[in-house]
Amino acid sequence: MSDVDYFRAPVLANDTQALRQRLEKLWEGEPGIRGWLSTVDHKTLGIRYIVTAFIFLALGGVEALIMRLQLAQPNQSLLSPERYNELFSIHGITMILWYALPILTGFSVYLQPLILGTRDMAMPRLNAFTYWVFLFSGAFLYTSFLVGAVPNAGWFNYVPLSSEASDPGFNIDFYAFANILLGISTTLSSINFIVTILTMRAPGMSINRMPIMSWGTLTISVGSVLSVPAVSLAFFLLWLDRRFGTHFFKPESGGHPLLWQHLFWIWGHPWVYIIVLPALSMVSQALPVLCRRPLVGFSLVALATVLTMMLGYGVWLHHMFATGLPNISLGFFSAVSIVIALPSGVALFAWLATIWSGRPVFTTSFLYFAGFIVVFVIGGLSGFMTASVPTDWQLHDTYFVVAHIHYVLIGWNLFPVLGALYFWFPKMSGRLLDERWGKWSFWLTFLGINLAFFPMHLLGLRGMPRRVYTYPPDMGWNTINLIVTVGAFALAVGLLLTLINVVRSLRRGALAGPNPWDGDGLDWAIPSPPPPYNFAVIPMIASRAPLWERYDSKRTEFSSLAYGYALDQGKEALSTTTLDAMPKAIVKMPEDSLAPFLLSVVLTILFAALMTQSWWLVILDGLVGLSITVGWLWPRRKLAQTTETLP
Amino acid sequence: MTTQRVVIGAEKLPVGSIGASAPGWWGIIAGIVTEAALFGYLLFSYVYLAAQPHTGAWPPELPSLSLAAPNTIILLLSSVAVWIGERAVRQNRPRTQLVGLSVGALLGLVFVGVQIVEWKSKPFTLASGPYGSLFFTITGFHMAHVIAGLLMLATLTAWSYRKYFDETRHAAISIGAVYWHFVDAVWLVVFFTLYLTPYMSA
Amino acid sequence: MRSPFRHSANCVPALPCFAAWLYATSARADAPMGYLSGNGPRNVSHLTWGLLIISIVVFVIVIAILLIALWRGWWQPKITLPGTAPVYDSPGGVRAIYTGLVLSALVLFGVTVWTVATIAGISSPPQKPRLTIEVTARLWWWEVRYLSDNPAQIFTTANEIHIPVGEPVSVVLKSPGVIHSFWVPKLTGKTDLIPGQTNVTWLQADTPGIYRGQCAEYCGLQHAHMGMEVVASPRPRFMDWWREQLVPARAPTAAAAKMGNTVFMQRCSICHTVRGTPAGGMVGPDLTHLMSRRTLAAATLPNRPGFLAGWIADPQHIKPGAKMPMTKLSGPELNQVRDYLQTLR
Repeated sequence: MSDVDYFRAPVLANDTQALRQRLEKLWEGEPGIRGWLSTVDHKTLGIRYIVTAFIFLALGGVEALIMRLQLAQPNQSLLSPERYNELFSIHGITMILWYALPILTGFSVYLQPLILGTRDMAMPRLNAFTYWVFLFSGAFLYTSFLVGAVPNAGWFNYVPLSSEASDPGFNIDFYAFANILLGISTTLSSINFIVTILTMRAPGMSINRMPIMSWGTLTISVGSVLSVPAVSLAFFLLWLDRRFGTHFFKPESGGHPLLWQHLFWIWGHPWVYIIVLPALSMVSQALPVLCRRPLVGFSLVALATVLTMMLGYGVWLHHMFATGLPNISLGFFSAVSIVIALPSGVALFAWLATIWSGRPVFTTSFLYFAGFIVVFVIGGLSGFMTASVPTDWQLHDTYFVVAHIHYVLIGWNLFPVLGALYFWFPKMSGRLLDERWGKWSFWLTFLGINLAFFPMHLLGLRGMPRRVYTYPPDMGWNTINLIVTVGAFALAVGLLLTLINVVRSLRRGALAGPNPWDGDGLDWAIPSPPPPYNFAVIPMIASRAPLWERYDSKRTEFSSLAYGYALDQGKEALSTTTLDAMPKAIVKMPEDSLAPFLLSVVLTILFAALMTQSWWLVILDGLVGLSITVGWLWPRRKLAQTTETLP
Repeated sequence: MTTQRVVIGAEKLPVGSIGASAPGWWGIIAGIVTEAALFGYLLFSYVYLAAQPHTGAWPPELPSLSLAAPNTIILLLSSVAVWIGERAVRQNRPRTQLVGLSVGALLGLVFVGVQIVEWKSKPFTLASGPYGSLFFTITGFHMAHVIAGLLMLATLTAWSYRKYFDETRHAAISIGAVYWHFVDAVWLVVFFTLYLTPYMSA
Repeated sequence: MRSPFRHSANCVPALPCFAAWLYATSARADAPMGYLSGNGPRNVSHLTWGLLIISIVVFVIVIAILLIALWRGWWQPKITLPGTAPVYDSPGGVRAIYTGLVLSALVLFGVTVWTVATIAGISSPPQKPRLTIEVTARLWWWEVRYLSDNPAQIFTTANEIHIPVGEPVSVVLKSPGVIHSFWVPKLTGKTDLIPGQTNVTWLQADTPGIYRGQCAEYCGLQHAHMGMEVVASPRPRFMDWWREQLVPARAPTAAAAKMGNTVFMQRCSICHTVRGTPAGGMVGPDLTHLMSRRTLAAATLPNRPGFLAGWIADPQHIKPGAKMPMTKLSGPELNQVRDYLQTLR
């Protein structure tokens, strides 16, 4: 008789103290340093992702502030052109790659299992692995500072500027390998989300009852799976061109520099939707709770999310309008770039209608979501303007675009993230963030973003190009640049206030309880912070907003939250069918494991070895990595991966 | 108005990795999608550079099919063998399972060997021009996937030998098999693009 | 209790004031790189103003809706969270989404049509250009070659482009090194110069004047200092300029300039060309008529003696990373070279 029953009817049970104690023992992680390195708990990993992403935000922010000091006045020499070029490059790289998606990944890693009503992500060890690879890839990138070879060809790294002839040092190689390494993390975490969202929802949570935040994460996970290979390939081909004499991008031998731009932007444009759609879906998830009503037009918003991602694949050429394209291409891509505003508009109208017909509660998170709408619209409109080719021919590569990108990145990503932070911090920590510090931080951040980036529209209209380390004093750009610098520092202080708020509230914030906002989703049905197993019993779902069913006077069928699947014969969760969420299998969840950490170290060393062309180390490291991988995947009886009759 | 809590009962459910319930199955499908996208972008690069104005002919010479065509058959046969092996585990025929998997791996190894011979016979190199860079990079990426697949097949064969799998529990084999079929399918597309299309426009 | 948004309501009337200020400031002459005050058939300020006005109107409408919604919410009976609070589900909000969608779609469709029409309108010159110039992007300056059917009329200059007023000029764009972008805001939008590809653009000035341009694609260390000037004059004046540019350099007569000539041949001719002399270097700009240009170092410095001397003495101080090395001329040599260069009118 094996120690695992390979077929079993899962038992329905009440949520009792005894059950909780049993589950606590089964799910608690290992203690100490070993536990810290080997944890697979999505809540711990989610918080780690968030903290690490915020660290990269701070690094990118400091880089920006230094640049703004240089640009506050014309003809300054605080920074040499070399340093400035490195700073603007690493600022963009850090923010767009190491902050913008990982912060959303962190919130999703933390929240998806909770809002879907399950015990962890579908592949918990993979989850740990993707976090470590993200961390190490960022460390890899920043090692470039230690050796004085910071990437310096811009975050979009055009060839031939980034070719070996122009840039022979390791600068571009650091970027290339860090990017590919991060791409591995992104792809694998996307796969993890797809599997989790499609197979691990609580029974009864059919696809139309799935929370809007899951729509956002699922959509961009599919988007990442399809688009990340383009940029990884671009960097790989660039590495071959730089170090192995190939001819992909070299025009003198039959290659073409525009191939880089196509591959880069075929990833790059979908990427900018990938880094905002989950944030927008967090707004769609939380704003209705703070307006005391369900989201207006839920299905339309879900559809619009998917449509935006799909259309996002049809606009990449708008980054290349000045490269000498035929009119028909210009017309087509301009048209799609203009039309893509429509699905974004759907979400905007939905939020406005929700606030209008609801009863807004003016907490800090609500302020961030309301303020977000203002910056969302400005960012969208500046994008709409540059989507029109003839206007883009004047505004491309000027500060108008810098204004646009910061409104959409800070507006569509950071503001929702801050709102989400104030909203879900109580769930994560068990304490509320202070509302007074919160409101001060909101107003200062709101003032800062508008003071720093609104005037940049004017700078662009007045012809200030991007990526210039200084500018002449007689172009009419001086005062505006000074205002922008002041605004940037105001923004930084606003963010600092949130940081202080977090640190203070962790110690002395008011206790939150399980449901401080009287929310509608399953995340609010469990304690704050949640126990390691999340749900003592897997709930059975009857609607899209289980915790608000009691407010629906016409409802006859209710979700069952205190009576459900105990699944306590080990670390277990329930997998359900894709569309209707009917129970399909009992999933055995892995224990804590050092393999993800070790493998990510090995992988990072592999990339360093490849970059430095240390082939023996590549081979050795590859063999070690292979062994760890095989060990990780070794069929285990405890995970019910082998035959029952195995001796 | 009577109200009730919804109860969704469940019959006996499989515990753990079974067929499409295995997270790994979904994982490999998504992995195949991303790798297919990668090959899509590689072939896009090929077509893009092929469409540029050239001083010489593209390709510099028509690619020889004398090794590549039989090699394609070999790879197809290896897929058939792996398919037979996977079907055998579902029908609880362990010997056929072992034979199928190991023959599939062996044929895959032959594919690698033949391709290396073919590579050596080419008059151009990785660095000789854009065509050479593309040819070796595309077939090289494919080769890397074949080798990864061979490592998987070898591991699966070893685990099969140790009788880890039966007709219900064999998710790992299905996962490895579908990956191998993907590698084969990609080769067909690569073969068509690199080897056959030059003849179509000659 | 006073609403936290009492100040933000002031935003709405402020917007038209802002628009007016925007118009006033961007149309002023002290924005030499601002295209809204440009001219010529490629000027797209009308489209831009249209898009700006649409954007401002949309912004005002959306923010008004937001502020009113917040205002309404503010004056409802207070709900305090943390706590519990009732939930209201009033139907019908979806109609607002459809309304917004339809209105947006109409506007966006209109803009698309206007965009495509404008692209068609500005992509080709109104008549066949009589003049074609070839611009080659260098690091970090512009090599300009005037083309002609008559080989005797062809000449090369740098950084300052003269064109006749009122007619289109074709510009052929090449780059042997990295990608740059040709941009003279008041006359034309950007077109990249891409290695391995020849792009063609055109521009036309309808008013005589001096128009500043700048490289608009990050190209390395001195991307910030890769400017140019386009001087538009009536055709007769333009032809006079052309004829003057064709004349080879005249030998200097003054003693200091003669000595400077010698130093120049020894130290500078490797990189620079002065037609009519043995100096035939192809690395740096053609200096045959250096003094006919208003600026130095790709529109970085005014072309006056002090700046000229400063540039020659230490280009790295002004444009760190520029391909012109420190010349390490002695004091007297520097003055002599400067005097010689000042004869190159």
